[in-house]
Amino acid sequence: MAETRTITIECLRYNPETDSEPRFQSYDVPFTDDMSVLQGLQYIKDNLDGSLTFRWSCRMAICGSCGKMINGIPQLSCQTFLRDIFPARVKVEPLNNFPIVRDLAIDQSDFLAKLQSVKPYLIPKDPKPVSAGTFKQTPEQMDEYYQYAQCINCQLCYAACPQYGLNDKFIGPAALALLHRYNADSRDGGTAERMEVINSEEGVWGCTLVSYCSEVCPKGVDPARAINQNKINSTKDYFLRFIAPKGGR
Amino acid sequence: MPAIKTYKRPVDGWWRRNPFYTWYMVREGSSVFVTVYALILLTGLWRLTQGQEAFDAWRASLASPIALVFHVLALWMFIMHTLSWFKVMPKTMPFVRIGGKRVPDQTIINAGKIAAVVCTVLFYVVFLWVTP
Repeated sequence: MAETRTITIECLRYNPETDSEPRFQSYDVPFTDDMSVLQGLQYIKDNLDGSLTFRWSCRMAICGSCGKMINGIPQLSCQTFLRDIFPARVKVEPLNNFPIVRDLAIDQSDFLAKLQSVKPYLIPKDPKPVSAGTFKQTPEQMDEYYQYAQCINCQLCYAACPQYGLNDKFIGPAALALLHRYNADSRDGGTAERMEVINSEEGVWGCTLVSYCSEVCPKGVDPARAINQNKINSTKDYFLRFIAPKGGR
Repeated sequence: MPAIKTYKRPVDGWWRRNPFYTWYMVREGSSVFVTVYALILLTGLWRLTQGQEAFDAWRASLASPIALVFHVLALWMFIMHTLSWFKVMPKTMPFVRIGGKRVPDQTIINAGKIAAVVCTVLFYVVFLWVTP
């Protein structure tokens, strides 16, 4: 039987029906070496306080639901282990920069609307029937976008982005990284349609290359790179419209 | 759908909450020193057009204790500026491929640092060479 120790988990609590602002509540949680912060929260919900509210689903860093601020850093709670924090206390807060719905659950609707605005799907360059066969791609062409395709929409990068915190009109890291994921795909022909988002004030120019988004990404996506490459594309788009036929597109 | 009551926490003092943000602010703030230093050099150029006496007075003013302290601070800030910007340089450029293989970010960062050192040394060599 694994050794059990006790760790203090401090959770931000907010009940929209009774609280005017959030407060912290501490719980002493027995844990074993294999327990994640998410499992600690589940222990609280099952044994100590059934009213604690938080999102989770897969428990294996693929669904992107359980992102929290853990000791001030945006992390997936399923991927952060209590043993690595012990003997210190664990401070769990909802992701920064988002409106809190209840306790550790944030309102994701702003992100979802932004995600939709970048048309995160292939818009084929030359549409062809299924009977014409598959679109082919070289490993090098795939390498151009593969890393960006690993995004799981966990929004840790939004919690890491001070520009989004200061102005939530900014399209933000994940949505712009996914925009670039499709623009960089050799099968895609939707760049012109997405250019409006890139060029807008809320687009890539809202980024000041803090680049903490790329640090916190649990999937190794580099949103800061996607955004800043598109500053070059946006500049080219601006100048080429004057000299190139069809605005260089 | 009825409007949901939510709470948004203030972001005041965000740059003090995480060392990563503080270093970002140092990177951004260092450009103030770069600007001030450029203005000092431009002043020197302007004084040079006014003759030797004016230029010598400008040079003498650089020997004041305040100017010396500023120079030490500016040197430190220039080093921070150089290192912090080269650190993010790979993020500002498309993937570089040599022989079909992607050049690692660290190689690009190191190339930038080496270029900075080479340029600085070259500048001093030329400076010593042309100085009587």
